[in-house]
Amino acid sequence: MSGNRTAERTVDRTNDFVIKIATVNGTGSASANGLLMKAIFRSGVPVVGKNYFPSNIQGLPTWYEIRVTREGHRARHGNVDIMVALNAETYARDLTEVVSGGYFIYDSTWPRASLTRRDDITVLGVPLARMCNEHFQGVRTRILMKNICYAGVLAALCNLDLDIIRALLAETYAKKPQLVDANMQAIQLGFDYAREHFSCPLPLSVSKMDATRGHIVIDGNTAAALGCVYAGATVGAWYPITPSTSLMDAFKGFCERLRLEAASGRKNYVMIQAEDELASIGMVVGASWNGARAFTATSGPGISLMQEFLGLAYYAEIPTVVFDIQRVGPSTGMPTRTQQCDIHSAAYASHGDTRQVCLYPASPEECFYLAATAFDLAERLQTPVLVLSDLDIGMNDWMCPEFKWDESYRPDRGKVLDAEQLSRIERFWRFYDHDGDGIPQRTLPGVHAKGAYFARGSGHNQYGGYTEDARDYQIVVDRLRKKWMTAAHLVPRALIEQDERCDVGIVSLGSCDGAVREARAQLAARGIHTNYLRVRAFPFGEEVETFLQAQRMIFVVEQNRDAQLRSLLILETGVEKSRLRSILHYNGLPIPASYIAEGVAAVIAPARPAAQLVG
Amino acid sequence: MSFMPKPKVTHPQLPHNALGLTRRDYEGANSTLCAGCGHDSITAALIEACWSLSLEPKNVVKLSGIGCSSKTTAYFVSGGHGFNSVHGRMPSIATGASAANRALHYIGISGDGDTLSIGLGQFCHAIRRNLDMLYIIENNGVYGLTKGQFSASADVGTRAKKGEINQSPPIDAVQLAITLGASFVARSFSGDKPQLVPLLQAGIAHRGFALVDVISPCVTFNDHEGSTRSYAYTREHYEEAVHADFVPPAAEIAVDYAPGTTQSVTMHDGSRLLLRKIAENYDPTDRAGALQGMQQHAARQEFLTGLLYTGSGLADFHALNATPDQPLNALPYERLNPGPQALARTMARFR
Repeated sequence: MSGNRTAERTVDRTNDFVIKIATVNGTGSASANGLLMKAIFRSGVPVVGKNYFPSNIQGLPTWYEIRVTREGHRARHGNVDIMVALNAETYARDLTEVVSGGYFIYDSTWPRASLTRRDDITVLGVPLARMCNEHFQGVRTRILMKNICYAGVLAALCNLDLDIIRALLAETYAKKPQLVDANMQAIQLGFDYAREHFSCPLPLSVSKMDATRGHIVIDGNTAAALGCVYAGATVGAWYPITPSTSLMDAFKGFCERLRLEAASGRKNYVMIQAEDELASIGMVVGASWNGARAFTATSGPGISLMQEFLGLAYYAEIPTVVFDIQRVGPSTGMPTRTQQCDIHSAAYASHGDTRQVCLYPASPEECFYLAATAFDLAERLQTPVLVLSDLDIGMNDWMCPEFKWDESYRPDRGKVLDAEQLSRIERFWRFYDHDGDGIPQRTLPGVHAKGAYFARGSGHNQYGGYTEDARDYQIVVDRLRKKWMTAAHLVPRALIEQDERCDVGIVSLGSCDGAVREARAQLAARGIHTNYLRVRAFPFGEEVETFLQAQRMIFVVEQNRDAQLRSLLILETGVEKSRLRSILHYNGLPIPASYIAEGVAAVIAPARPAAQLVG
Repeated sequence: MSFMPKPKVTHPQLPHNALGLTRRDYEGANSTLCAGCGHDSITAALIEACWSLSLEPKNVVKLSGIGCSSKTTAYFVSGGHGFNSVHGRMPSIATGASAANRALHYIGISGDGDTLSIGLGQFCHAIRRNLDMLYIIENNGVYGLTKGQFSASADVGTRAKKGEINQSPPIDAVQLAITLGASFVARSFSGDKPQLVPLLQAGIAHRGFALVDVISPCVTFNDHEGSTRSYAYTREHYEEAVHADFVPPAAEIAVDYAPGTTQSVTMHDGSRLLLRKIAENYDPTDRAGALQGMQQHAARQEFLTGLLYTGSGLADFHALNATPDQPLNALPYERLNPGPQALARTMARFR
């Protein structure tokens, strides 16, 4: 790994460092890690949490990374300053990850001389297991308390406020107060040991700020689920698949609190665990066809299985909302690692001439707000809308501004004719372009006999009848193309930061955003200024075309091997291929800023040797 | 394929139902199936059942997958919405549709290919959810639109039109449904309208999943000597186990039965089913006995027909999900939006 921070001991590292905790999956370390993250957040210091977990229930190595970032960066850093190594199986690789000048903390109940072979870092041994065995009873309790104990060690080393930790424990164990004292005892054990044996705090310490007021720590799946509740979704159908399952779990959890009719105990929602993704998408299509706001959440393999129904929903013009929490492909790939690899399979999902509206949230707060946008667009346009989140956004802890809900919001149900409107018209033509925007009128079953029509995936004419006629078929698919043009005006605009004096652009999407922003700041500090466009939807609006045409050189930053966003830009805009350069990160870990900065600098300032990339 | 609109033929003496509608009001588009297709007889029985139950046409929802059978949805109740979905996936459309609006009548029409091969999974799970729908299988043992391949319901030893002999054992939808816990399971024959119509009426009135598997010979690909799904073979090899007469709510029982020969089952809407046992020792409320009777007949490549199993007490999909009486798609946004205080409380959990 890079040694470019060896000399940084002189630099102020307060509130600017990375802690990584290596444990064994299934040992309960998540609560200790969450406790640390929250304690720093409650100290008013911005944090980024990343969980690198295995596709496993118990026994495999797992890591949690906390970036303390006074600047409020939102991406993974890529370096590790303090490694808490609690899994002997991964000691060797964990040791190599620590940057020069960093710290390596391990359980010295079983001393390891080999861990001291690096003389450029400080190794701190803490007899965690021994202390917990002496103070706690029962195998399970001892293991759990060992985790809480290392949180105490870090509290001493990084100067965390024990009162904040106690308050957090009291909230967590509000219903089991006896656990607060036990946990606090474990915290104190680690805290006192560190105070006695090491010089505390380290230069890598936390100092209270006031930079988290008005913020929350939340993952994107929870945020999206809450967005679905506020958007008025009533039917959720899904088949469990990592990393999307927690979205449906969260929706259920919110509905149990917020959608229960207190008097009758009836539920104003239905959750259906389907037999597979073929069925879950079918249920969403059926419910949406029948006028409910329905959605599903899935990931790559599910998107593959849903292709057939997505084509039907496109051609039969049925609103359909799908959250795709992207994970590493191809095939089963790495289910617990992140990528942006479904850009193509979502944009043109299904056989035949299909094109699907896609939204690309960049953070949990966008997952929340774009959930309502997805339903509004799906119903306005009568078509599927795929929200392409990813594992990094969906399952990691992000600091976000608190969500606000516009109380004047009312769902856009689109051109749905009611009984009164139907009674006034002579005949209802389901696929006819009355308004010139390519969007036909729609009716719901059970409203009026005049509105009855046949929804079908087979050839149909603009009046709703079956057809195998060449001209009739083409009228409908040409109108669908027109509707697509309308969609380009309705979807969220790309976000652009542009300076007239600058002719180098970065184009990116989704979870790359935090890293791109940080990279632009790093580049600017080196005198390299860039424009930035983040696409938030497909089809691309005119502003994307305009931006691309205005740049001399464009870097397309994305997290997949095949430059899928770049390909989509080449296919769907007039930009010359040669002006688009790719910066691709696809090893399954979230992209760090330095990777982008070095990638740009290597081209723009070739005279300066690029430092080794951290990936 | 014909696109001719069907002329509405009316006659002043046509009988009217409780809504003042005639059977003509329950018809659909012209059938484009082969002349003599068993499916068209089922369509006629469906029209009769919907008319006699006085279903409001706009409240009838017709759902299907892909295949000859799935075209049937277009041929009845033109005043009701139809959904011709994708192959084998009708049950999932029905599940979502029912979730969104519990107030409508869901009639799914499928075939043996659509249900027992590509759609077997969804069929099974719709039963497990006890979806409130009538599920009809128009069962002819072959794939018609792709010209005569065996389906999964074809008997061992049955001969295809081109001479091939089927060697794979059949999947029996009725036995499967009973095994999976379906609460209303019937089998009939497209050529036996007096038996079929009351079964369809009862299937619509039944709350929960009602399966009616209808042997419906394919005149083009499976009506020859050596086929066990031809009209001739079916007529010779079917035995009615239990005859069901359907009595609408508040109607008088008009038929006289010898005492002790019938069993009355009251449906949730107040209608009654009068079950008359014809086969000896057959009890349609005894699950194990019903399965045994069917297996004995199947071993002889014969089939029992009628209402073969009816059980009660199973909660249907909406009861299981505790949904409100008002359909979910009719709940105003004001009732779905938890409001700003709830959001503030929720935000506090993430600080």
